[in-house]
Amino acid sequence: MFLSSRRTKGEVVFDFVNNFGMLLICFVTLYPIWYVLINAFNDGKDAMLGGIYWWPRVFSLENFEAVFANPGIMTAMGLTIAKTILGVVAHVFFTAMVAYAFSRRELIAGRFYIIMGTITMIFSGGLIPTYLLIRDLNLLDNFLVYIIPVLFSFFDLIIFMTFFREIPDGLEEAGRIDGANDWTIFLKIVLPVSMPVIATIALFHGVYQWNDYFAGIIYVNKESLQPIQTFLYRVVAQSSSNIMTTAVQGSAVTKTVTSQSIKLATMVVTTMPIVFAYPFLQRYFVKGMMIGSIKG
Amino acid sequence: MDIQQSSQPTAAIQTNTPPDKRRKWLRKLYTQRHIQIMALLGIAWMIIFNYIPMYGVVIAFKDYDIIRTISEAPWVGLEHFKEFLADENFGYVMRNTLGISLLKLATFPLPIIFALFLNEVRSLRFKKSIQTISYLPHFLSWVVLGGILATWLSDIGIFNKIFMALNLIDQPISFLAEPKYFWTIVITSDIWKELGWSAIIYLAAITSISPEMYEAARIDGAGRFQQMWYVTLPAIKATISILFILAVSGVMNSNFDQILVLRNSLNDSASNVIDYYVYYTGLSQGRFSYSTAVGLFKSVIAITLLLIANQVSKKLNDTSLF
Repeated sequence: MFLSSRRTKGEVVFDFVNNFGMLLICFVTLYPIWYVLINAFNDGKDAMLGGIYWWPRVFSLENFEAVFANPGIMTAMGLTIAKTILGVVAHVFFTAMVAYAFSRRELIAGRFYIIMGTITMIFSGGLIPTYLLIRDLNLLDNFLVYIIPVLFSFFDLIIFMTFFREIPDGLEEAGRIDGANDWTIFLKIVLPVSMPVIATIALFHGVYQWNDYFAGIIYVNKESLQPIQTFLYRVVAQSSSNIMTTAVQGSAVTKTVTSQSIKLATMVVTTMPIVFAYPFLQRYFVKGMMIGSIKG
Repeated sequence: MDIQQSSQPTAAIQTNTPPDKRRKWLRKLYTQRHIQIMALLGIAWMIIFNYIPMYGVVIAFKDYDIIRTISEAPWVGLEHFKEFLADENFGYVMRNTLGISLLKLATFPLPIIFALFLNEVRSLRFKKSIQTISYLPHFLSWVVLGGILATWLSDIGIFNKIFMALNLIDQPISFLAEPKYFWTIVITSDIWKELGWSAIIYLAAITSISPEMYEAARIDGAGRFQQMWYVTLPAIKATISILFILAVSGVMNSNFDQILVLRNSLNDSASNVIDYYVYYTGLSQGRFSYSTAVGLFKSVIAITLLLIANQVSKKLNDTSLF
């Protein structure tokens, strides 16, 4: 990018200090995650002595064995995977469908619909009115409470709509000449060319679904319907260690596993899928953020 | 209603007498029945999940309890608002909400600074790697981060080891149990989690600046700091304004996900914010009407702040959200 490669002495110092600062930021960012990793891969009883900072002292996979052998944790994991997959598919499909309709300029009352949506971005009922609605809809202690109340987002609609409006009209025209109706055009023509924006919204909503613990706290009492993050919240914040104690006792390897080491291993298992997925989706969400910020 | 000229070939009848107009309109409605269905499904969702709860806010002005419906409950006017203003918790709940929010607002320039300096990194590959790494914490849940912090901040945690080794403290402190450290913990962990992510938009805006601008600045003898100040910063001014308006309007949202994970009964005097108070009085104590009133009080302040920020930005540099 810079044509002149001659650097003054001041610039050399600047670059050195700047690069050093950036490395420091990387270290501060990565170290806490590394710390959890090495402690999760360390023998639980040994880790209680502390002092594990750079590398596992007594390497062990038993914490993970205990996690995977625990039915409670596994149910919560399974539920989280289910709600994330179903939630993302439903949210992306539904929001994209509405956005496609909104993106068509000839839509009668389209302006009115958009105003209705914009109002929802500024005003909201708040916690209790929403809770009462969920209760009246019989969604308490119901798996669908993780899907239906977040099926749609007007903010995501704007991102979709902006993208759809950029699609050349000729593409849809061609479909129409072939006798396709709007559903077919949306499913067979619009969606396939919109993969970048679909990936962005899928990632945003996927992260939300995967990481959300609040819905599990307020809308759900049944333990079998508890997502892994809610489970972790109860362990971490309320330190209700009896859940962990049963996890420890339930495991066949009680000798080396502690509630703390299971907690760390659960954290690793919960976090890894996202950590591995996001770098591949990076180029999409950077673009998606831009559309969102300009229009939002 | 806004009926635009459609690009489709219209019927041959061109006389615009009212019945014809209606026929044309109905015809148009019929040809777009599929997209109308799609749109109305979305509208139906919004009515149920956005507008019904908005109507539900009326319980803030009523005495609602679970055995009656919302419309049956008697009106009490501003009773619940008065109760909140007179409540012994009001003072510190407001102080915590505003204190944490304003401190977070004060960290608003940090992602900009990070983006400016990251932009100065010469190796493209190094730059990309740092960017990718800097996003990572955004993808961790607050629950997981809360778990890490609880371990690190405990009296046998890593922070105590470091501070003891540096002789900064004489005896271990259980940081999360002391109210006076709570705000620092909240602000710092928030920066750690969101610094890289918040910088995305600035970095994207920076990449659209033409390299010739920098070239010209260098020919005029501008150093790296001067280039940042006179080229990069003015070029992303509009982006900064928009994000600042959004940040101001979010001042009353103290990031409940984070607070709920880090708070406990020991640090309550520093950690009880409006969002938590709404949650606690509403769902733990079952005071639905009172809790809704507190939530509404918060929304009114937030919307006022948004309007003020928008107006100020419009006056100062011609950028506004609406």
